[in-house]
Parts: sequence; C-alpha cells; structure tokens
Amino acid sequence: MRKLSISEALREAMVQEMRRNPNVILMGEDVGRFNGAFNVSNGMFNEFGPKRVWDTPISEAGFMGMGIGAALTGLRPVIEFQYADFMFCAMDQIVNEAAKLRLMSGGQASVPIVMRAPQGATGRAAQHSQSVEAFFMHTPGLYIALPSTPYDAKGLLTRAIRMNDPVLILEHKLLYGSASPGGGKAISELTISDIGSDVPEEQYEIPFGKADVKRVGRDVTIIATLLMVHRSLAVAADLEKEGISCEVVDPRTLVPLDEDTLLTSIRKTNRVVVVSEDISRGGVTAELSALTMDKAFDYLDAPVVRVAADNTPIPFGPAAEKRVIPQLEDIKKAVYEVLKD
Amino acid sequence: MSFKRPEDVATPLNLDGYEKPFLEKLFLRMVRAREFEEQLYYLFLTTKMPGTMHQATGQEAVAVGVASALNTDDYVTSTHRGHAHCIAKDVPLDVMMAEMFARRNGVCKGMGGSMHLCDFSRGMLGAFGIVGAGIPIATGAALTSVVKGSKQVAVSFFGDGAINEGVFHESLNMAALWKLPVVYVIENNQYALSMPNDLVSAVTDLSSRGCGYGIPGEKADGNNVIAVYEAASRAVEKARNGGGPTLLECITYRIRGHARFEPADYRDKAEVEQWEKFDPIKRFKVAALSGGNFSAQELVSIEKKVEEEITAAVAFASAGEEVGAEDYLQYIFEQPSESAGS
Repeated sequence: MRKLSISEALREAMVQEMRRNPNVILMGEDVGRFNGAFNVSNGMFNEFGPKRVWDTPISEAGFMGMGIGAALTGLRPVIEFQYADFMFCAMDQIVNEAAKLRLMSGGQASVPIVMRAPQGATGRAAQHSQSVEAFFMHTPGLYIALPSTPYDAKGLLTRAIRMNDPVLILEHKLLYGSASPGGGKAISELTISDIGSDVPEEQYEIPFGKADVKRVGRDVTIIATLLMVHRSLAVAADLEKEGISCEVVDPRTLVPLDEDTLLTSIRKTNRVVVVSEDISRGGVTAELSALTMDKAFDYLDAPVVRVAADNTPIPFGPAAEKRVIPQLEDIKKAVYEVLKD
Repeated sequence: MSFKRPEDVATPLNLDGYEKPFLEKLFLRMVRAREFEEQLYYLFLTTKMPGTMHQATGQEAVAVGVASALNTDDYVTSTHRGHAHCIAKDVPLDVMMAEMFARRNGVCKGMGGSMHLCDFSRGMLGAFGIVGAGIPIATGAALTSVVKGSKQVAVSFFGDGAINEGVFHESLNMAALWKLPVVYVIENNQYALSMPNDLVSAVTDLSSRGCGYGIPGEKADGNNVIAVYEAASRAVEKARNGGGPTLLECITYRIRGHARFEPADYRDKAEVEQWEKFDPIKRFKVAALSGGNFSAQELVSIEKKVEEEITAAVAFASAGEEVGAEDYLQYIFEQPSESAGS
C-alpha cells in the first residue's frame, strides 16, 4: 500500500469528497493560490477553481460565519484556520452560532461544517502554538477529532465532511510531514513513527467515537492524542526493554469519547497515565482522569497520573518550550510513578 | 443628544400605482407584527409566558417593507428583536406563539424561544441573540446562492448597535469583494439598549459606512412602508442580477424599551411622543383612506381578522404540550436514525 503523510492524507480526503460532492467547498486564509500555509490544500485551487476553493481575507469571524450561513443553505464548507490560535477570533460564530443552532432551532438547522486547524508547539511562541481542544470540548454541539496518523486523518476527515453537525479537526503541525510552501524542510522529530502511514487510495470513513489501540500492552494504559501518541509509543518501546508493557490508546475523537475502549484497557492494566499537549488545568487530562475516577475507580491499583503542558502561555525560548510541553522523559517518569507500588 | 427627528426623516407615503392585494398584504403583515407583540406584552404582564422578549413596536414597516421585496426562498437573518421579521416572512403566528409558550408545537419545538425564532421552510434562517452574528451568516447564504447559481438573495436585518461589531465590517468587505447577492439592512431605531447612536458611533450617517467597501449606501424613511419597499426592491433586484451588496439604512424609532420590562427612562418622553405621531401603521391608514385605496371598514376588517388570528394562535399555543425535561437530548446532535446529508 502507498505511504502518505498526514497532510497528503488530509488533502486526499478533501479532494476525493469534493470530486464526489459539488456542495463541498474549502475556505480559509491562503488556501487557494498559495496552496495553504502548511501545504495541505496543495493543487486544490487549480483543480476546483475559485468557486470551490475560496481565498479569504484575514477575517476569521467573518468567514467562519459565512461558512455557517453556507452550511445552513446547502453547502458543506471545510474551513481552514491557519493556526488553531486564530480560532479565538471566531469564537462567537463557533460557540454561539455553529454549536447552538441545531438546538436553538429545534432541529431545523443542520450545520455541516468542518473546521480544520493546526495546533501544537513548534518554536513559534505563544500565539501560534496553543493546543485548543479543551475550549471546544467545553462547547456542547461540536464534534472534535485529533488524527495522529495519516490513516486516521483521511478516514476521520472523510467522515467529518459527511456529518451533519459541526466538526473540529485538530491537526498537529509536527505530524503534517510537509513544509509550508517556500518554508524549506518540514519541522519534524525522531519520535514520529510511520505508524498508520499506509493509506488506501479509495475513500473510507472512520466513525467518530472509536478509539484505536496503537500498541497492545498489559501493565499500564497510556491514553494520548496527536503528537503525544508518538511520544508515548516511543516511551513504550523503550520501557519494553525493561520489561514494562505499555498499552497506548488513542481516543482519536474527544467528542464523542469512546469510553468503552478506554475503560476496557484500564480494567485490564489497572494503571493509567493520561498524556496531552494542552495544559493540565481544566484540560483533556483532567477530563480523562475524572472519567477514570467515575467509571473505573474500583479497578485502579494506583492514582491516575497526568502528563500535560504547564499552565502558561507557550514561551518562545527552545529550552522553555521544551520544559512546558510533555517530553519523552516526562511520560516515562509518569509510567514509573504509576507503577511504583 | 441629537436623535433623528421624525419630521426630518419622513418622506411622503404614496400608495398610488400599487395593486390593492399587495397593499393589503403590507398592512396585514404590519398589523400582525404589532398585535402579536402587543399580545406578548399582555401575556408577560400577566406572567403567562416564560423568558424575555424585545418589541419592535413602531419599526414594523422596516421588516414588512423589506420582506415584501423578497421571494419565499430568499434568505433572511434577524436579531433578538425578530418577531416582525418572522411575521413579515410569513412564519405562521400559531407556531410562533407556541414557541413563546415553550410548547412542543412551537416552531423551534420550544428549544429557542423569542430570541431564536427561525423557520427554514420560509428562508428565515434565524433570529440571532448575539448582536451582529447574523450578518456573516446571511453573507454565507449569499455565497451558497453564487456557488449553486440559484439566484437567491439574502437579507440581513440588524440594528444601529450592530454596525460596531467586527463581523459587520468583515462581512461587507467579503460581500463586496465577491459581489455576493446580499442586502444589509440597518434597522436604525436610534438606541442600542440605552445608548443613542451619537454616543457610540463616530460617524452617525450610518449608511455611509458602506463606502469603505465600495458598497452603495441607501437611506429610507423607515416608518414609510412604501419607501422601504421601494428601496429594498432596488437593492434586491441589483443583488439578484449580480450587482453585489447594498447597505440600506432604514431610520425608525424604538417606541418601547429595550426588553420586556425596561422602561427606557434615559430618554425624553416628548421624543417618544413625537415619534408616536409618525407611527408606520397610523401613517399607512391615513394614506390609504385619503388616497381612497381602502375604506375605513376594510381596514377595520383586516384588523379584526388579525385579532382572530392572534386569538387562534394563543389557543393553539395553550393547547400544545409543554416541553419535556429531556426533549433537548435529541437536538444537541443529529440523531443516528436521521439520514446523512449531501
């Protein structure tokens, strides 16, 4: 089978669905003539033209609102935010409009819109680095997917475009495997494995609410998303040499959350480490810890250990960014901690 | 403060040249909007209705004049003060009233209430409770029209307060850039809750705000339903034919307070009384009688018909089932049984 990068897989999902369905459009900053800030929409403007691929002004609230209006009236817009941080400019449209319209209208309104946004710390300082999933988990009415592999990226995005509710796809800049146009070599790192890079050419869907066990193990369950899946897998491979067997579970979608798969793993290993790149306070790791307490307390042999970003805006200096974002050693330490008695 | 005086805004109301059934429709829609809200006010006073509401008393000619220039499948977005827009777009009174009563037979199944009325079967995409939020949404509906080549036009109603929101400017820019078939209607009722326009807007000639985007600004006497209709018709026609957006300022006056029990005591009583003399429904009646378009009896019988409709709407609403405590569960996301869209 072919190997694709995540950016290629995302592009293939959009291109194939746009060929199949004339109601699908792409909107965002620099997505057309420039091929996207991270090259995800490379070639799409040439193939589909300006009535399907809209190069927008820098007006996040405006084009998000337009996407909602288009979705209400028969289109299926995919909105690319250049950086996840920029979504905050469009918060009213996302939180008050897109997410609430189905309920407010008593089910008359469907808002089939997909928001795609790259996140994660990559040396770009505080306003281009934040992991935003917790804000949107706290917004009822939105689905949220975080693809950690090319296979997941294509299947989740294809599914998302066909859904009749707003979906947020959070993509990690370090996982794209592509550079921005003119941006030289893609920023990458060694821990990113090629797991899930075999991608079928034909269209397929991954249903929302289906977690994926990325590595089977018996001693500890590590729940992780995006880049942290890869870091957790690297730690698991390392610890295997010490005879510690880690199971790595990627929820793939935070809304809905596949509680069954997570809890099945937890009940098997009885020890849980939760890893996420967003901050710990009110974050994904807090939510997953609470879930574990609520539904698997009796199975736990040790308290849940959380590994998350420090509660700070992301600092620029490389040493400081590294300190703030969970590293291999942080995850490893957490596994030792959860196993200590 | 320098509110706009009705005698300076008013233009002659001339019904000549219009077919009687059309004029009757204008009058009927204005009276429906007025009486619907008067009924709501009464029901609130007698605590028969939950929640809150915002009246558009005195502003009916704006909603009716603009909506009467539209087709049923043209799109409208509205505001927290949205009853008149819905009624002008012919959303039935009974399901609107049931929504106000929080009944299952309400147009939004009792999930939205006064501030979120919508009826997709009539192009009514929603009353938006966040000021300005409907502006980009209407613009997006116009984008659909362009992508699909459907020739539908979108209208966004919003108040003088909304033009200071960022999305107003972002939307106007994109609509002009892409020549989208959208008409922006500033329903200038001269108050954003307590704030008169000259205390919050650096430029009080509101329709001039379009010029930064190359969008022509038009003005109409907002209490003159024919003037509004004619200005809206020109803008709608232009939009439908690919001529792009128009910014239409309809100058009117908010006779009541901002919301339910808000007395609006920050303004001079004489100011309100002066505007009451220019009430759009009264002006229509005077013109219709003096022009010989309708007899007094004909006008009374239309008002009577509306009264009966309102009574029937209240009966329909009262007979509706109350919203169940767990009804909301089916409206957060599409239910699995519903089919996938295209």
